[in-house]
Amino acid sequence: MNPRRKKRLLITCSLIFGLSLAMGLTLFALQQNIDLFYTPNEILEGKNETGVKPEIGQRLRVGGMVLTGSVKRDPDSLKVSFDLVDNKAGQVTVYFDGILPDLFREGQGIVAQGTLKSKNSVDAFEVLAKHDEDYMPPEVADAVKGMSNLKTEQ
Amino acid sequence: MWKWLHPYAKAEHSYALAGKLMPWFLVLTIPSFIIGIVWGLAFAPADYQQGDSFRIIYIHVPAAMMAMAAYSTMAIAAFIGLVWQLRLAEMAVAAAAPVGAIYTFIALFTGAAWGKPMWGAWWVWDARLTSELILLFVYMGIIALYNAFSDKVLAGRAASILTLVGVINLPIIHFSVVWWNTLHQGATITKFEQPSIATEMLIPLLIMIFSFATFLGVMILYRFRSELLQREQHRAWVIKLVQIKGRG
Repeated sequence: MNPRRKKRLLITCSLIFGLSLAMGLTLFALQQNIDLFYTPNEILEGKNETGVKPEIGQRLRVGGMVLTGSVKRDPDSLKVSFDLVDNKAGQVTVYFDGILPDLFREGQGIVAQGTLKSKNSVDAFEVLAKHDEDYMPPEVADAVKGMSNLKTEQ
Repeated sequence: MWKWLHPYAKAEHSYALAGKLMPWFLVLTIPSFIIGIVWGLAFAPADYQQGDSFRIIYIHVPAAMMAMAAYSTMAIAAFIGLVWQLRLAEMAVAAAAPVGAIYTFIALFTGAAWGKPMWGAWWVWDARLTSELILLFVYMGIIALYNAFSDKVLAGRAASILTLVGVINLPIIHFSVVWWNTLHQGATITKFEQPSIATEMLIPLLIMIFSFATFLGVMILYRFRSELLQREQHRAWVIKLVQIKGRG
């Protein structure tokens, strides 16, 4: 390899390396802000990485699994409340007034956006369903029932 | 070791090679697309939780994968073009950019159409969706930068540098669902474990990915040839080529 090419190779490689380093540090610094949602445990105990707890009245998203048997619907309106859990000890109650997505059901992953009402309850104005990356026909799903669709967040 | 590659640094050889390869890619694209799309949309079983809506995966996933594959191709070409100062490699970068941009747009569009019925929202600013949107902007930046210069040698170099800058985004897109909490689900196929999709759904998906990949090849080769002709239009070999075609 002639010296001019070697020099260009060096410049190009250091460009890529330098940028990756800068980007890596930026993302590392922004880590907690890039997460889309708090898990229930993080609302109670603070963020996993930083330990920062959300304040009451703060606008946030909470993501977790709908606890089986916790969905309470108001018979006269669209008001509904349910508990979200994660794979740790966290449990947060979500209050919502509106139409739930089709995929909403007990055991389903949910991301709710709203304000933190008390230490462990959220007043949501938007509820989104989070589905997992497993795809299978219904017969297969029946066979492995309770396994895949109850998977928690990573 | 690389001696056999040397003739292809000459534009007319590359032009001929691209012309020879293109029909083969096209021959692979058409049947695989028909088989894949019919199998995926009509014969693959519906998903246990998403029903028929999941079938959009047969467009969404191949498009998203090829958007990133096109970018990787461009990044490799840009690297070679910058280090060895091969104009042809820089032309390949310019040729691939719009194709990749369209694939990215398809991935974003089908993703939004999938998100609305399943998640309940067209768009969420989570890490996966945002980084994919940034990929589209990077693509558009490369296209704009390349077209901003009237001196195409300079344009090729500038576009190549921008391509290498944007390559940081690729691992971010891929690992965004692992590193951060996102609404977007994790990887189904591109992981080390067994793909978490039933085999009868996976096969048409793989066929579609193959089809999108070969079509990417067709489009890049086609655009590469056009780019070559345009950039070298005053060269002897192009003039000769035009004269032969004109007579025949």
